[in-house]
Amino acid sequence: MKKFIIKTVINNRKYELSVSPNQTLLDLLREELGLTGTKRGCEVGECGACTVLINGEAVNSCLVLAPQIDGKEVLTVEGLAEDGELHPLQKSFMKHDAVHCGYCTPGMIMSAKQLVEENPQPTEEEIRTAISGNLCRCTGYVQIVDAISEVQK
Amino acid sequence: MEKMIPHESGIAHVTGEAVYIDDILVNEQLLVGRVIYSPHAHARIISFDLSDAKKVKGVHAVLCHKDIPGHNQMGPVIKDEPVLAENEITFVGQAMFLIAAETEDQCREAEKLISVEYEPLDAILDIETAIAKNNLLGPPRKMERGDAEAALKSAKHIILGELRTGAQEHWYLETQACLSIPGEGNEINVFSSTQHPSETQTLVAEVLGINRNEVVVEVRRMGGGFGGKETQGNHVACWSALLCNATKRPVKIKLFRDDDMIMTGKRHRYLTKYEVGFNDDGNIDALKLEFNSDGGAATDLSFAIMERTMLHADNSYYIPNMSVTALVWKTNLPSNTAFRGFGGPQGMAAMETVIDRVARYLHKDPTEIRLKNFYGTETRNVTHYGQKVENNRLNLIYDKLIESSEYEKRRKEVDEFNSKNEFYKKGLALTPVKFGISFTTTFLNQAGALVNVYTDGTILVNHGGTEMGQGLNTKIQQIAAAEFGVSIEKVKVNATNTSKVPNTSATAASSGSDMNGMAVKNAIDTIKERITKELSTIWSAQYSINPSLQNSILFKDGFIFDSDHPDRRISFADAMLQMNLRQVSLNSTGFYKTPDIGWDKIKGQGKPFFYYSFGMGVSEVLVDVLTGQHTLLRTDIVQDVGDSINPGIDIGQVEGGFIQGVGWCTTEEIKWDAKGNLMTHSPDTYKIPTVQDIPKDFRVQLLEGVPNPIGTIRRSKAVGEPPFMLSLSVWLAIKDAISSVANHEIEPEFSLPATNEVILLAIPKLKPSRFQRP
Repeated sequence: MKKFIIKTVINNRKYELSVSPNQTLLDLLREELGLTGTKRGCEVGECGACTVLINGEAVNSCLVLAPQIDGKEVLTVEGLAEDGELHPLQKSFMKHDAVHCGYCTPGMIMSAKQLVEENPQPTEEEIRTAISGNLCRCTGYVQIVDAISEVQK
Repeated sequence: MEKMIPHESGIAHVTGEAVYIDDILVNEQLLVGRVIYSPHAHARIISFDLSDAKKVKGVHAVLCHKDIPGHNQMGPVIKDEPVLAENEITFVGQAMFLIAAETEDQCREAEKLISVEYEPLDAILDIETAIAKNNLLGPPRKMERGDAEAALKSAKHIILGELRTGAQEHWYLETQACLSIPGEGNEINVFSSTQHPSETQTLVAEVLGINRNEVVVEVRRMGGGFGGKETQGNHVACWSALLCNATKRPVKIKLFRDDDMIMTGKRHRYLTKYEVGFNDDGNIDALKLEFNSDGGAATDLSFAIMERTMLHADNSYYIPNMSVTALVWKTNLPSNTAFRGFGGPQGMAAMETVIDRVARYLHKDPTEIRLKNFYGTETRNVTHYGQKVENNRLNLIYDKLIESSEYEKRRKEVDEFNSKNEFYKKGLALTPVKFGISFTTTFLNQAGALVNVYTDGTILVNHGGTEMGQGLNTKIQQIAAAEFGVSIEKVKVNATNTSKVPNTSATAASSGSDMNGMAVKNAIDTIKERITKELSTIWSAQYSINPSLQNSILFKDGFIFDSDHPDRRISFADAMLQMNLRQVSLNSTGFYKTPDIGWDKIKGQGKPFFYYSFGMGVSEVLVDVLTGQHTLLRTDIVQDVGDSINPGIDIGQVEGGFIQGVGWCTTEEIKWDAKGNLMTHSPDTYKIPTVQDIPKDFRVQLLEGVPNPIGTIRRSKAVGEPPFMLSLSVWLAIKDAISSVANHEIEPEFSLPATNEVILLAIPKLKPSRFQRP
């Protein structure tokens, strides 16, 4: 199969990659770049465990083909902390016990990241809407909503 | 002890560094494993041909049952589950062949080249057909107290009925996964997402025909378990181990979501029949229950699950004359398995339906009937299986919740709303939970630990429990830190590993921290005993006039000191170095078995539970009568967790368990087609709760100042399963709203889950003149 050469920035690092047209961004991140923080949950874009940001917008990386990130910037959970300092969302998730099994956590944080970047003071309803595409089977979501809402204060 | 501490792996989780099976770094030798499963619910395998599949480039092994070196058997209790099907397949999704290849694509290519000839056979796909064909999985059971038949005959009022409760998919975020890596000779290292590493080890050894001391199973963490990985994690482990053994290369199998949903068992669906006798006041005098569960194609844990149903059929109520019959039926569906609550939810759903019906019959508020029938403290305090309900907190919780939820006021408001609105109806319900804590198979109530202290004063704790998001390792870390009197940073909890702590029980039955916490404490007590003995010797030699008594030496704030002579103190780390120089052993195993329990399964009498956990919930819903859509407006919960080790974790367990229960009660509907294919095999058709499904207003509180009076670890109580069943308050609030369509005069048709469809179909029957389609 013909490969595509793409130029992209992932977690603030420049890459030139040779990718297959049928390769998902999720596969590229996990299997080739070793960025396993992005999780494989359902692979049909329903659970949000694989959420990453492309140019600041939260997407399910299982539904994005690798060639589509050509010329774009991707941010995964691994790129969130800066200079060893955790992002406020990361700290807040820990403080509010919003991490249980942890499998939904990276995707959940990335969805929240887009929200707080675009809307620094979201209401509870806006938070609920922003993470409604991210399934969590452990928490019942309350601690996650609390964690996101505290980041604003 | 420090209580508000972050998750033991918190930083790893929020940075994406936490390692699950699929994230383990393996070299380029790694092969991908794929399981080829049955497309028929019931068929004879006439012939199959794997030769073309084996020729595909990159394929290293294609295995069938003949390639299994040991036993072709992975049933956890009864040996009725082949690892790979032999001559007959008994459900859609049953494993038949295994492929290991260098890439997933190669596996799929090889799969297409496998040819199988089947002779389809008749399949049993529901409980009714199984009953008609008398296809039992095992002998029926009965538990009785008093004379239910006679009491029913003399009762003033009798109600008979049936209740259906649905299956439920676990939907752990991390699907079943296992990585097997070959070692020297027969050795194999199995990294499994399992709640029961010792059983996984046992089965891998049996399937490979090797000794258990040649198999190491390790579990760092699971991405959720909920019972779905108590026995059925074993399957993926056995398959990956077989491929690893055949290729002598690392093999990873991680099931695709749809395959996981198709292949694995679920919560048992039930058909329950009941007959209740009661008087004008709503006092229940007699209850006859017959539980029929869909066990699926094999036994798995179906009988233990049914036993817990029987033991929770009373929920929180004293019923003088009670008779419980239980039948587990065999069908051509994946073998159903453990799921949070373990049969308890199905038992309680039946009991709560009975209460609800009695109340409607008598035109009373169901909450009044519940209160009236609660277990007493001095009298009416023995269950139908003979265990006394000690330290009963039902009334304490009830009083607190009625007040904090403003129940009386809201009951009036709901009735008022319903009298004014035709197309929207509100419903309100309070339901209690009394949940027995212990494995009912008594010998399973044991746990082990291995605690190592190093000469820099750091501590490594191994225990037999597994971390699946319930916060066990965090609690264990807290317990170890508190017992040694050091800060939590000094304590690391190791991945669960069968070579460190052998022969353990599953992390299940809500008992993880109760039992493993005690085993860890036991190991620490042994080490502390050695340390205090040595220090008393040292200090007594130094201060011969006032010797140090061993019992006076305490561990606190990073120091060890003589409480009679506080100037005699040494930092914990310095002391450990001293101990090592003086040849004192700084590691120990620990063990715990739950005391004071005993259960006669044959008679159905005894004390199966160490204690009971209590909780109560009030939920209010709004139902759109024209669409069947409901909204969960508010839920108030009061849960008894004894003296909480970690309130953040415990509240999270209550909220998470409750919401998972809400899914079972409302949106999670499993459907199979007429050929036994799972129709809801993906998250686009199977709906677990999203954040939009949780109560608009959600108020959870832990009962405070109520340590567990019996000797549990740090006077805490189990919390994993009990809150699940508080979701019955949502289910019955929906029923209350539906029932208001006919002013609570007519019993609505109702089942569980209360999907939009169930709601919508119930309404015209209550008010045909208004809602029946022409």
